[in-house]
Amino acid sequence: MVAPVWLLLQAGSLSQRQIAIDAPFCAIDGTLPALDRIVGQTSKRGSAATMKPEKNKPRVGLFVTCLVDLFRPSVGFATVQLLEDAGCEVSVPFAQTCCGQPAYNSGDRKDAREIARQVIEAFDGFDYVVAPSGSCAGMLKKHYAELFADEPDFHKRAVAFSLRVHELVSFLHDVRGVREVAANLDAKATYHDSCSGLRELGIQKQPRQLLSSVEGLNLVEMKGPDICCGFGGTFCVKYPDVSNAIVGEKTKSISESGADLLLAGDLGCLMNMSGKLKREGSTVKARHIAEVLAGMTSEPAIGEG
Amino acid sequence: MVEITSPGFKDNSAGALADVNLQKAMRHVRVNFIEKRAKAAAALPEFDDLRSSARAIKDHVLDHLDLYLEAYEAKVVERGGKVHWAANAVEARGIVLDICRKVNARTATKGKSMITEEIGLNDFLEKNGITPVETDLGEYIIQLRGEHPSHIIAPAVHLTMDQVREDFRKAHTHLPADRPLNEPQSLLQEARGILREKFLKADVGITGANFLVAETGSSVIVTNEGNGDLTQILPRVHIVVASIEKIVPTLEDMSQIVRVLARSATGQEMSVYTTLSTGPRRKGDPDGPEQYHVILLDNGRSTMLGNEFRDMLRCIRCGACMNHCPVYQSVGGHAYGWVYPGPMGSVLTPALVGIENSAHLPNASTLCGRCESVCPMQIPLPKLLRHWREREFEQHLTPGTVRTGLGLWAYAAKRPALYQRMTGFGIAMLRFLSGGRGRFRWLPLAGGWTRYRDLPAPQGRTFMAQWKAQQARKQN
Repeated sequence: MVAPVWLLLQAGSLSQRQIAIDAPFCAIDGTLPALDRIVGQTSKRGSAATMKPEKNKPRVGLFVTCLVDLFRPSVGFATVQLLEDAGCEVSVPFAQTCCGQPAYNSGDRKDAREIARQVIEAFDGFDYVVAPSGSCAGMLKKHYAELFADEPDFHKRAVAFSLRVHELVSFLHDVRGVREVAANLDAKATYHDSCSGLRELGIQKQPRQLLSSVEGLNLVEMKGPDICCGFGGTFCVKYPDVSNAIVGEKTKSISESGADLLLAGDLGCLMNMSGKLKREGSTVKARHIAEVLAGMTSEPAIGEG
Repeated sequence: MVEITSPGFKDNSAGALADVNLQKAMRHVRVNFIEKRAKAAAALPEFDDLRSSARAIKDHVLDHLDLYLEAYEAKVVERGGKVHWAANAVEARGIVLDICRKVNARTATKGKSMITEEIGLNDFLEKNGITPVETDLGEYIIQLRGEHPSHIIAPAVHLTMDQVREDFRKAHTHLPADRPLNEPQSLLQEARGILREKFLKADVGITGANFLVAETGSSVIVTNEGNGDLTQILPRVHIVVASIEKIVPTLEDMSQIVRVLARSATGQEMSVYTTLSTGPRRKGDPDGPEQYHVILLDNGRSTMLGNEFRDMLRCIRCGACMNHCPVYQSVGGHAYGWVYPGPMGSVLTPALVGIENSAHLPNASTLCGRCESVCPMQIPLPKLLRHWREREFEQHLTPGTVRTGLGLWAYAAKRPALYQRMTGFGIAMLRFLSGGRGRFRWLPLAGGWTRYRDLPAPQGRTFMAQWKAQQARKQN
């Protein structure tokens, strides 16, 4: 992957001011990616011998998410590569299992709180916590703190934790200033905005911007990309008839878009949509956006052997 | 009270999904409401600021509700009206009946009102010899059919025009059987002609209120058909039934909220009629009722004021949440099984009828958050739905199988080493069972998923197992 700043430098038209514009403040924690950090991203490619390598790479803890861990590890490895290409040092704390949403969204606050505590403690000391999922990142970032409303000390810690949490694509784009990737894939793709990423974290333009830089990829919009796919965690098995009606509308929009590849940032939604597409006999393939951005598409698509 | 069928949500929704007419009619919601609202919101640069302002007005009212209610009552009395306080549906119905009986009422026209649905007024009046006549076109249609509204602002949205045409031919037998009724306009004209007589004959007119203005003692209705105006002006007696959170301090406050109301509801800048009623007819007034009554209904609101569902009291009943809800769009309003459908209903219904009678409702949501994103009053609907789930969990209303499953999962999730051993084994098994086909068409215990979808199979070893192995290799 070639960082955008590198391309601009190659073009010889970059002033320091432009770098600052291209790598904006992270509004949440006020971190301004320093020039040397951005330069550091490019030096990783080994072709920027004249540039200073980044002295202190940001330390990123990868929250891999339970579905990626269990069903599609390739998304986890793609995430690691994207983060490393963006100049980060990536670690994966072992004391992680799940973000706790199954408990939290079932009204079981006690278990949700204990799992949240476990995650917060496991990710102590990282500059950032990144997850390849808007849903799980949203849980960590927007919901953990309120679980500790009755524990003032830990609440403070949970708030500080939440400021360090990011969803993968928005982290690359907003925090690391990545605007282009060096991947290529011949496909006509359509992107589904997963609900939590879109509405809790404001992720909409970032994935599209990065996908537009994938060589050979033609991005087309489906009708209502922001409409829920009907997954909803346990909802899809508690109310299968209704969930099926919702995902049926979604697969109709996907098919009508003429795309041959469905992309999204959340594996739960992807398993739901691709499962339905497969059942309908559709030839549309489905992948997590991280696989495409990292150029790691040699694994069969979701649901394919 | 309207019969509660919320415990049958699953059956209700299966029926709704198989109902061809309903599915055809619901297309209208999927397209029209949403596009019109989006256009109206986009055309007003200050729309989001207005939402915040509207929210602040209602929050302020809720902080000082007692004060504003008393101020409002004093103004109504000053203008010659009467205020009745009703703690619950039974009291409210009793007060309406009392007023009707005192003036020997035979028929009562009604403006469109969800609150009279909430208290089950129509059935009650009918049983007591008073004929209620719904005058909103949608309400009139569903009254002919013996149904209840399936949407809070578009009560007959679940019906196709063909169904309505058939209903009119069946009900209006005094008209020529071969009359053309092909255009919506002709249906409207027919209903209009029939209703006009009923307006003139009615003894009492009953309306709800979109707002009660403390500053002036006015009740305010916003409508598109003008039927509300005829309901409250023509009969001798006007009864307003409104819940206590409808109060706003001033006319200026009302005007601000009105600006977000119609835009959110139908995409109009304003509803066609915004009508203020302030007391009975005064000397010299050309029209208006002789008596003006307001029934202020609590029915659970004061409890909500003091608990985690307080934000719900900001609701102005625009319907945007249900228009944008994928669940509502799929199954329509009747599947929810009580008066208020969609996301706002799934928060409000448990507060009004008890969570034990409506346990499905807060769960029958993907928590996609589209409702909150369009709510003009910024009500955090997903959060409130989750709060009901918490109550269900605390009260052991969550089904036993779910609790057990959740308990086992949580036990493992809190023990990473155990979890990773178990999942490592489980995933290897699943991978083996998939036979390299990449997906399952059927899997024991996963019927909820595989009934309609294939289940993608795991790729192989878990990420954690592979990562650990990779790190170990690096160290050696």
